[in-house]
Amino acid sequence: MEQLRRERLDRSLKVRTEGIYAISAFEEILYLLGPRLLFIVGILILPFILEAAPYWKRVINIMCAYAIIAISFDFLSNFVGLVCLGGALFTGIGGYFTAIYNHYFSFPMYLSIPLAAVSGALFCTVVLLPALPLRGVYFAIVTLMYPLLFSRIIEALNILGGTNGISGIQSFPNPYIEHYTVILILLFFLFGLRRFVNEDIGLVFRGVKDNDQAVKASGINVTTIKIYAVFIASLMGCFSGAYIAHLYMWAGLSLFALDFSIIPIASTVIGGGGTLIGAVIGSFILVPLSEILREAGTLRIVIYCVVLTLFIVFKSEGLMIYLQRKYHQFERWVKV
Amino acid sequence: MKEEIILSVSNLSKSFGGLKALIDVSFQVKRGEIFGIIGPNGSGKTTLINCITGFIKPDSGKVHFKDRDITGFKPHKIAHMGIARTFQIMRPYYSLPAYKNLIVPLWSPRAKKLGGWRGGGKHGDRDTVAVDILEEIGFERDSRVPYKLASTLPTGYQKRLELARCIALRPEVIFCDEVFSGLSMSEIAGMIPLIEKMKMEGITLIMVEHRLRELFRVADRVMALNFGEKIAEGDPHEVIEDKRVKEAYLGSEGI
Amino acid sequence: MHILVYGVINSITLSLISLGFALVYSISRVPNFAHGALYITTGYIVWLFINKITGFPYLLAIILGISISGIIGALIYRLILIRIRGMEISEIIATYAIGVAILEGLRWGGLRGMTFTLPVFISGSTEILGVTVDFQRIVVVVCGALTFLFLYFFTHHTRVGLALRGIAQDERAAMMLGIDSDLTAILSLAIGSALAGFAALLLLPLGNIIVEAGYSVLIFAVAVCVIGGLGSLLGTVIASFIIGFAQILTDKYLSTHYQMVVALLAIIITLIVKPSGLFGKQKELEERV
Repeated sequence: MEQLRRERLDRSLKVRTEGIYAISAFEEILYLLGPRLLFIVGILILPFILEAAPYWKRVINIMCAYAIIAISFDFLSNFVGLVCLGGALFTGIGGYFTAIYNHYFSFPMYLSIPLAAVSGALFCTVVLLPALPLRGVYFAIVTLMYPLLFSRIIEALNILGGTNGISGIQSFPNPYIEHYTVILILLFFLFGLRRFVNEDIGLVFRGVKDNDQAVKASGINVTTIKIYAVFIASLMGCFSGAYIAHLYMWAGLSLFALDFSIIPIASTVIGGGGTLIGAVIGSFILVPLSEILREAGTLRIVIYCVVLTLFIVFKSEGLMIYLQRKYHQFERWVKV
Repeated sequence: MKEEIILSVSNLSKSFGGLKALIDVSFQVKRGEIFGIIGPNGSGKTTLINCITGFIKPDSGKVHFKDRDITGFKPHKIAHMGIARTFQIMRPYYSLPAYKNLIVPLWSPRAKKLGGWRGGGKHGDRDTVAVDILEEIGFERDSRVPYKLASTLPTGYQKRLELARCIALRPEVIFCDEVFSGLSMSEIAGMIPLIEKMKMEGITLIMVEHRLRELFRVADRVMALNFGEKIAEGDPHEVIEDKRVKEAYLGSEGI
Repeated sequence: MHILVYGVINSITLSLISLGFALVYSISRVPNFAHGALYITTGYIVWLFINKITGFPYLLAIILGISISGIIGALIYRLILIRIRGMEISEIIATYAIGVAILEGLRWGGLRGMTFTLPVFISGSTEILGVTVDFQRIVVVVCGALTFLFLYFFTHHTRVGLALRGIAQDERAAMMLGIDSDLTAILSLAIGSALAGFAALLLLPLGNIIVEAGYSVLIFAVAVCVIGGLGSLLGTVIASFIIGFAQILTDKYLSTHYQMVVALLAIIITLIVKPSGLFGKQKELEERV
């Protein structure tokens, strides 16, 4: 009987180590850029593909909004080492800020969203300031409480519409603007951050995650670095919150709900932490899934949590890294 | 060489709960010398470094660096003034390649203030500078070692990386916390010229060490600690002949 | 007087719910974010026993409930946490996810509304210092004090307890001395979860078994532990008293809605003033900051 052995070859190694892409063969450029182009083009034409299914077209928006929050979680936890269990803080603050600008000051939508993103991010950063020196578990514990805190305050003071929320926020003039605002911002944040984390300052952020003592010993103020990081992450979260508020024409306590904290975490873990794109792919899987399961009520959250736990335990690298490996290697059977 | 006191520590004390880790430790280090700190396990050597570099606040006592009181400053501020340190437990930035580990100190405000490395461009390309430093500290430039993930490097290289991270900051004083421990004889033999070279460049080295024989080959002066107290200071060979030092070591281990 | 009496009761309530969490973290360094879920689960299981099986003795139901809670805790470690030990981020996310899954699963399974209550141990009430207090609350106070004393004795004077403390202080050294770190971690999770169940059975008769209580129990437990300094039983108790009295005061002079706000403000102030928590040790300070 002839014996077979599996041989594994790494295709990308050659392409990656050659260094200069510009003069490499066309196939190699395509090989490296292919998946990226596929993703960008795919997401850009998605609204047209789903023209026939108007219900699912709206899901695209939510999906991308969640993807942005998931990227922000991935960035904070896997590149800076701050695990923020209260992502809903960002969406809630962003949503309420845009509601205030739009409803009380009647700013137009294209002004209130960016304004809410920036001022909301500043607000979140200031609020999180006391928690920043904390590491690991402690930061997670404290951030877990923030969204609850704010919803309780709004409830107790009965401000900003109390439990009813603020309704009558301006909506997007047409569905295409609705889709492409969020898609383009998503692409901007995704590729922007991917570049950012490999810049010199991005490496400092990753240094804080790996060994913050050594960063201190290098004469860098770790808290300052964390402030930048939280600002960037909350900018994304607040944008999503503001966008969602305009999408539903309503800002209420549900913007502080558990969904906005747990789905991004689940997406990141499923997609593969530390890849950024993985977080996007994760939410592209989970959000449609949750639409299908809409009837099931809170069972959705149970399903996320179970899937999340299974992934953490059995496939902690996540889908993205798995796929990447499979894409770069090909296996064949050879005779021994 | 002019006899300038670069670092002066007076009456430093620190206790953890009931345990007195440091008791009234005082010493002075001159610019450009190699100063060794020895002592058996648990004698407070690492605590001393942590107190001086700001990672732990001392209970009492003063630390002066170039006549400036730096007691109780934050670690990053002390590093910014020019005191670098290595850590006993090596923890490189695991997720980064070796040469990218140096980007962090090269990006720091101090490195920016001092400009490029060894008169290179204003900032220079940090990647190139990083590889230069690594080459200087014994990473073969043309091999793949500098580009490997830091977590995959062997111990000897990780120790060098720790030192490289200090050098990249262009400090005036470097605290070396047990750089020789865990290395083989030949690896140590490779490290000693590096240390001598740093001394030649005018960097003051304060070496906390367990391996006395290797330390004595480079150190100009040493100080011995036992149970948080200074028991001897002076020429290495005098210190080792000191009765109390012998007792301290015989109680725990041979030399 | 009202403030004093109810302050004490509230503080002991808080320390009861947080002791389990504190114990688990101090021994095995596992932040058991499923704590609140175990609390509610125990209540629900006991409710099932006494309502679905006629004539089921309450005491037996309680014992079974607490043991099941302990077993669930041990299983969580044995099946899941053991594989991700040491990866802090994964531990947090996994235990949190398990907790949320249990709570939302119970909600989906029909644990909604105000119909789920446990009977009190002793009905009726009495007057202490001129304030009416029902017997159940007195039972809570007594049991709370006994639990604390028992835990203190257990961790300071028994072999198993000392082994657990050894692990808490230096895992590697303890392993070299022949203490099995996985076994102690399982044990600690079992004890911590059983404590959560015990607290639930004491406290739930005072209210309804609702899912939201699971989340707030987790949050209060965490708040108490952060303020008290994890790993210190005494710190946990003192922090409970601080938050407990603060809550009763806000309840009296502001509104019940602010209870959570008070807890968080207390955390933030503690972090600014003394980052290691009230009774934190230097080691902990290094871990935190």
